[in-house]
Amino acid sequence: MPTFNQIKAILSQKTVGIAGAGGLGSNCASSLIRSGVGKLIVADFDRVSPENLNRQFYFRKQAGMKKVDALRENLHKICPGCVLQVHDTRVTEDNIELLFSVCDVVVEAFDDAEQKSILINYMLTHLPHIPLVAASGMAGWGGTEKIKVVKSGNFYLCGDQESEISEDNPPIAPRVNIVANMQADIVLQLLLKELF
Amino acid sequence: MKIILNNRPETFDADSLTVSQIMDLKSFHFKMLVVRLNDHLVKKEDYSLTDVKEGDDLKIIHLVSGG
Repeated sequence: MPTFNQIKAILSQKTVGIAGAGGLGSNCASSLIRSGVGKLIVADFDRVSPENLNRQFYFRKQAGMKKVDALRENLHKICPGCVLQVHDTRVTEDNIELLFSVCDVVVEAFDDAEQKSILINYMLTHLPHIPLVAASGMAGWGGTEKIKVVKSGNFYLCGDQESEISEDNPPIAPRVNIVANMQADIVLQLLLKELF
Repeated sequence: MKIILNNRPETFDADSLTVSQIMDLKSFHFKMLVVRLNDHLVKKEDYSLTDVKEGDDLKIIHLVSGG
């Protein structure tokens, strides 16, 4: 078995892309940085709002800040030396390659299903050699046993594939965090493949 | 034919069906889907052109909002 120092030595050389810095992206990023991943590339166009605090890795006094700036601040408090390349931009078909083509793994961490679909279709078509870890279905509470990982080649999808957000089924910290951390765990598994 | 649909064995009374036909038979009517046939992406415009045959591994994945 490798030591945690060996694991960290490998992870410190890796770059992970995260598309979206909301509930999935901000929590996944914090777990990856805590694990020792050396560099993250994060893209999001949104600003922190008080309603985000029920699940996203931000703080009350950050309301109004650009999410990518607030996330950089928070991640640097965990790991001052980690490299964070953040982009305050909407991810579209025109910039996916520019943003993420140097990544060892990319995490799909959007809120909106349409956005998820654009990124997944683009990545699987144009960058199929980069592993992609996506998420679908984590609103509400309970039913944790239904949350699973589907693997198809280089593509992974975490979630229950059915719990969609709505007025009566809001996204809340526990299930969103479970799925964000499942994504982070798959990223580690992919990055550490060479050890095992 | 026997195929693997979403990691489960499934039998259809035909030698070959298109992805669209299987979606109809199994009532996959979500708007946002990712379809993988033997670990390759099948694009939306190709659902009715892509044949699924004996032994194939088909995954029809739902994308729902939330994150």
